[in-house]
Amino acid sequence: MATRLKDTDVVVIGLGAAGGVAALPLAQAGLDVIGLEAGAWLTRRDFAPDELRNNFRGWPQGVQKANQEIPTARANASSPTLPRGTIHPMQNAVGGTTLHYWAQSWRLNPWDFKVVSETTKRYGSSRIPKGSTVADWPFALEELEPYYDKVEYEVGVSGQAGNVGGTIDPRGNRFEGPRKRGYPMPPLRSTEFLEKMTAAARSLGWHPFPGPAAVNSRTYQNRSGCMYHGFCNRGGCHVDAKNSTAVTTIPRAQATGRLKVVTRAHVTTIEVGGDGRVAGVNYLTDGVEYFQPARVVLLASFTYENTRLLLLSKSKAYPNGLSNNHGQVGRHYFSHHQGAPVSALFPFDLKNWYGLPAQGVAVDNWADDNFDHSGLDFIGGGNLWAMSDRRPIAAAGMNTFGRVPAWGSQWKAFVKENADRSHSSYIQKTTLPYEENYLDLDPEVKDPLGFPVCRVTGEFKENERKIAAFTQDKMEQWYRAAGAVAVVRAPVGGAMGVSTHAYGGTRMGDNAETNVVDRYGFSHEAPNLGILGASVMGTSGAHNPTLTVQALAWRTADHLIRNWKTIRGTA
Amino acid sequence: MTFISRRDLLMRAAAIGAVGRPFQGGHADGNRADPRDDPGDPERVALQSREPLEHLTAEEADLLDAVVARLIPADANGPGAREAHAAHYIDRALGGALAASRPAYASGLAALDRYSRSSRGTRFTELAPIDQDSVLIDVETGAATGFAGGSAAFFALVLNHTHQGTFGDPYYGGNANFVGWDLIGYPGIRTMVTAADQQKLERNELKTNHKSAYDYESFVKSSARAGDAHEGGSPQRSSRAGAKAGA
Repeated sequence: MATRLKDTDVVVIGLGAAGGVAALPLAQAGLDVIGLEAGAWLTRRDFAPDELRNNFRGWPQGVQKANQEIPTARANASSPTLPRGTIHPMQNAVGGTTLHYWAQSWRLNPWDFKVVSETTKRYGSSRIPKGSTVADWPFALEELEPYYDKVEYEVGVSGQAGNVGGTIDPRGNRFEGPRKRGYPMPPLRSTEFLEKMTAAARSLGWHPFPGPAAVNSRTYQNRSGCMYHGFCNRGGCHVDAKNSTAVTTIPRAQATGRLKVVTRAHVTTIEVGGDGRVAGVNYLTDGVEYFQPARVVLLASFTYENTRLLLLSKSKAYPNGLSNNHGQVGRHYFSHHQGAPVSALFPFDLKNWYGLPAQGVAVDNWADDNFDHSGLDFIGGGNLWAMSDRRPIAAAGMNTFGRVPAWGSQWKAFVKENADRSHSSYIQKTTLPYEENYLDLDPEVKDPLGFPVCRVTGEFKENERKIAAFTQDKMEQWYRAAGAVAVVRAPVGGAMGVSTHAYGGTRMGDNAETNVVDRYGFSHEAPNLGILGASVMGTSGAHNPTLTVQALAWRTADHLIRNWKTIRGTA
Repeated sequence: MTFISRRDLLMRAAAIGAVGRPFQGGHADGNRADPRDDPGDPERVALQSREPLEHLTAEEADLLDAVVARLIPADANGPGAREAHAAHYIDRALGGALAASRPAYASGLAALDRYSRSSRGTRFTELAPIDQDSVLIDVETGAATGFAGGSAAFFALVLNHTHQGTFGDPYYGGNANFVGWDLIGYPGIRTMVTAADQQKLERNELKTNHKSAYDYESFVKSSARAGDAHEGGSPQRSSRAGAKAGA
């Protein structure tokens, strides 16, 4: 029998990118918040510049919940299950994956909110890919802008604005929507190689700019600027210059005295009362069961766990899982198409050893609808990203461009010469939801507690694969202009698999028949259940999701504060 | 090597007593003493260029050492995976982070030796380097017979781990004397790289820094050594608990 704990106003499940942000405005508004986090606190002392531990061993210093619940994956309902991974890079710790993510901190572009209406207007409705369930967001970028701004300043984002109040600044991204003001910090520093890539893009008539990063480019809020030591890729920051929620919004929320952080709390189900409202959360700590009652529950784990917890939380009111009486939990799922890279070999050293994935140069000319698709057979596009990230084991594992075998003396001579001469692009592409792609519970595979893990059924369709091929052409052009002597391309994509950019499953929208949450992130069915994370996003855009997830989380919290009495109910 | 703790040394000393045999194989250092002479002296163990075995049998270790020596051979471009102690890295990790691969090594190494005998008439370790390479090509391409799950998968596993043991942090027992990092021109672990340092690097004037991450006192070490949680399937623990366990 679970120990019943003292009632609280709000319980937040997961103190990562989303929950860690939402806790701050809630606590500042005077609500009593309990944050249940499966992991523990990690500090700068835990973040050694250790490639084996960070990039090959799945952070053994952390709590291993996500690694024990890795979803299974298959391309479609009739294809076999893919080999299951052993490491999922999502992190269980206070701050979650913001501790060790790449920290690219993009806003979405205006088109991403209006894919259906803008495509229809410009090219006709026949251009929406067949089988896609894509819909416009229930609001436009303008609605989210104030929350992007809050997060950029509260968390700390470095970057160069490209559109302040409608005035284009050619140093930044001219394709971004209008913003109220610039970033609180200038971009991360550049390097000789990044300057070369910038000049090459300009020579092609494109508009390169430094990307935004939730990494301090100088001292900000009394935390250090970046030390550029080169282990930021899946590494935590040894000087707290990476702006995880663990060093920004969470401690600030705790300082109000209103946020209680409960670590090592492994949430198993959300409890529902007889009235169909949620009553609280069941969790385990070291095998002991607790029930935390709350007036409002905010579900803020990663997309897979958001979906799984709802499907596991069955009750009389919700026999097919919480908030799933319309059968929408798990629908509209997609993994971001961020694979299919292009790799290049240069005839000179790039001096990339002390870079980071968020330090780089971007091109948005081929993203979204920033170019004319009239003569093309796809919609959307990709952001081209050239970064300065390199680590020794990864460098030795470089592509050999068909020039030498994978081992032996010839290989050794090749890596000796070229370990710092290769570069691999990162291209994030418009990815759409489809009828055939979804999440559900795996019928066979269980986690260590005996609960089924999440199952991903999904594959990239023609539209995504065409964008991949198109953006690979552009990337090759860019590399050649910068002096590359060899270029290879990865396959354009098949099965989606498990991803760090996982969207949908609890999509946001006004129609309760096709969406799990309303325009504010609250359940259409259980009115005191809010959901935070990319699981509410219906489109991906061509940029990393985290800043959008955080802006949405703040907005949901804001809505809850403004409508506290209505949402908490009278019970 | 300053990054080996006294506790590690004592454990290794104990392991010598249990297993009683160091790696065999080519050594740059001809003056190597046999640690069996005095297994109780941890300071003496630290001086050996070959570490005692922790998980592989002596026969498996000899064979693995011969394989890694062909994957990244010592040649005109400098020392290779054998000199980096890549096999030692693997041996140690098989009791921890790579424990799940222990059965694959047992069966794969046995299959390699059988295949060598049946196809080339002698043990792999006794073949000339050129013949060892030709056996390894068979293994790499999947043409070698007698491997459970196919020889190509075993080859990929060993090559991956050989990279880890050659180019990973020396704290884990490989990349001895930083030979892997020197090979690829990695200028070394630093906790701060200023704009001036980056410019020096770009002018080829930055001095190489031979340090392990754990030579910097500020980082918690234990979890790197004992951190076998997910692949080994040990129970969850917080970083604090991990720190206490290994401190």
